[in-house]
Amino acid sequence: MCQDFLVTLAPTLRPPAHLVSRRAIAYWTVRALPAWLVLIAAQVIWWLADSNGGSWHVIVLAVTLLLAAAHLIIMPQWRYRVHRWETSPDAVYTQSGWFNQERRIAPISRIQTVDSHRGPFEQIFGLANVTVTTASAAGPLHIHGLDLQVAQQLVHELTTITQATEGDAT
Amino acid sequence: MTEPGTPVRVDIGPDQMLTTTVDDPEQGWRRLSIRMLLVHPVMELMRFIPVLVLLVFFNRRDQNGFWPLLAVGAFVALGVARWFTTRYRVTPTQVQVRRGLLSKSTLSVPRDRVRSVDMTRHFMHRLLGLTRLTIGTGQSDRQKQDGLQLDALTSGAAEQLRRELLHERPGIDVPRAASGGATSAPVAAVPRETVIARFQTSWVRYAPFTLSGLTIAGAAIGLVANAARQAQVDILNAGPVTEVRHDLNRLPVVWAAIAIAILLLAIIAILSVVAYVLAAWNFALTRVGGTLHVSRGLVTTRSTTIEERRLRGVEFSEPLLLRAVHGARAVAITTGLRVGRGAERGGSMLMPASPAGEVRAAADAVLRTPEPNSVPLVPHGASARRRRFTRALGVAAVLCAALVALWFWASWPVWVAWLGVAMLPVGALLAADRYRSLGHAYVDGFLVTRQGSVVRRRYMVHSDGIIGWNEHQSFFQRRSGVVTLHATTAAGSQSYEILDVTPQVGLAVADRATPGLLNQFFVTGDRA
Repeated sequence: MCQDFLVTLAPTLRPPAHLVSRRAIAYWTVRALPAWLVLIAAQVIWWLADSNGGSWHVIVLAVTLLLAAAHLIIMPQWRYRVHRWETSPDAVYTQSGWFNQERRIAPISRIQTVDSHRGPFEQIFGLANVTVTTASAAGPLHIHGLDLQVAQQLVHELTTITQATEGDAT
Repeated sequence: MTEPGTPVRVDIGPDQMLTTTVDDPEQGWRRLSIRMLLVHPVMELMRFIPVLVLLVFFNRRDQNGFWPLLAVGAFVALGVARWFTTRYRVTPTQVQVRRGLLSKSTLSVPRDRVRSVDMTRHFMHRLLGLTRLTIGTGQSDRQKQDGLQLDALTSGAAEQLRRELLHERPGIDVPRAASGGATSAPVAAVPRETVIARFQTSWVRYAPFTLSGLTIAGAAIGLVANAARQAQVDILNAGPVTEVRHDLNRLPVVWAAIAIAILLLAIIAILSVVAYVLAAWNFALTRVGGTLHVSRGLVTTRSTTIEERRLRGVEFSEPLLLRAVHGARAVAITTGLRVGRGAERGGSMLMPASPAGEVRAAADAVLRTPEPNSVPLVPHGASARRRRFTRALGVAAVLCAALVALWFWASWPVWVAWLGVAMLPVGALLAADRYRSLGHAYVDGFLVTRQGSVVRRRYMVHSDGIIGWNEHQSFFQRRSGVVTLHATTAAGSQSYEILDVTPQVGLAVADRATPGLLNQFFVTGDRA
């Protein structure tokens, strides 16, 4: 009883209900890969060009490889777990960020635009991003790595509701 | 629809409507005032005066020095071209501006998006009876060219246009003037004007504490440096300057430093007074019908009209120096006007630096409730205080270490090290004051949040203007168990934050400000 009372008195936000597409994990991994490859290639070239001081090159390269592996394995998994979204009949709710967390809530009645965007790599993975903006420059809601079909349905739903409501508080 | 043959009103007179009732897209266009053709050449010449003075003064005859003259010519030509190619018209639903000679572009702004009208008269404008009119719309967030500008109209036409745009908006319920007889219709009675605040000469005593002189000093230095460069004069080694340097060199270092400091303070104080008087002279904040009207200025006069329906709140700000002498100023939180830095020079200023009590009273009058200004704020608790101290002392410690290291290793004078040590208590004081400033409340429909020490700002935002919430939690905030809640809005600086608050407390306030929006995403009782 006492606990219940405390909960209603002192609310906290729960995470949004939905995860993004599982394919986003692979997509994030692939997208993070080139930067590491360039870095590693540069080190290998340097190593080949530089005749003395071999052991240092090995250590630095090993550390780079370790960091790359850790980043490529952990980052997408972590990001997949924290990137969440949810819509209710009157609001959109998103959560993002794996180090600094950001949760954004916008009432559907105040939505100005709903955009979906797909980069070339995202098309290969069958993913799409959805951006919801309000009249405030501070509050666009981004959902990255949605399954294409889910994204299309979401955009359709939101635009339908948005057209039916008036006023954006500008 | 209007009958064909309805007289088109093209004369700009104070008793005639500017709004055209003709649907033909080619009719009803007006030009800017032809007197504007005089303004541009003179303005450009005035900008050239410093260069001319230096050129004559130092008797230079250099080919390069005459390049700016060409630029002046080009600007004059541009001004002339602009007059010939700019036309505007006001229809019952739109304000349109057409520009360009070969490729004509028409900018249309729906009249229901007009949030504010700003009328600025520079010195030349005033001589010629002209006004530059800027229409602020809600669409622009931060773009440079916000709204649309008509430079310039005759003052009568500008006044008329302002009145029509903000006081006589033809809505859906108002029948459009279908009969041609509208020409003779009298100007709608101007609504009653109530004065909220008016300039008092005694306010000038706050001017030295605004440091607005710094901006003038900066601008003056820039102007002189630029002119010197164009005239190719080495100003640092010019006669009078070297003499002063010589005199200072003869003094002991300490006395020289004190003399320079006093001189600089005096210059800045005088410049601040000048800047204040230029900007705030004749200031008046009035309410006319559903609008707030701010007018001010000594040489350049400025009058801004803000539609009260779009006003989302007031920012009450107290820079440290001004706070020390119980002064403050206020800025409107509204759509379509500049905010943040330089807001006091922009159109959103509500009260210039003046006694805090009077600013508060003016804010109360503008908000139509004294509650947001007087409500005691909820402090943010131990975590927020700890974060203020770790951050301020952290920065101070780094600075201190750097300065002590410079003394120790780079053999800088010992007072540098002492300066570094002095950073620590300054940091602690700043942290304590920053924590004391932190607070929030929700009262009478207004979300009130306050923060800052160097500039302490109290934001009072009406909940109608809040169009969403962002909850931000950095890695370190997560460890301290606090979040920063941003109330997003289309007005002012786009979001107003409740800094370092425990999620429970912050969300409870947010939930009261926007009922029904957040509670659907709260942790439900059965999970506890």
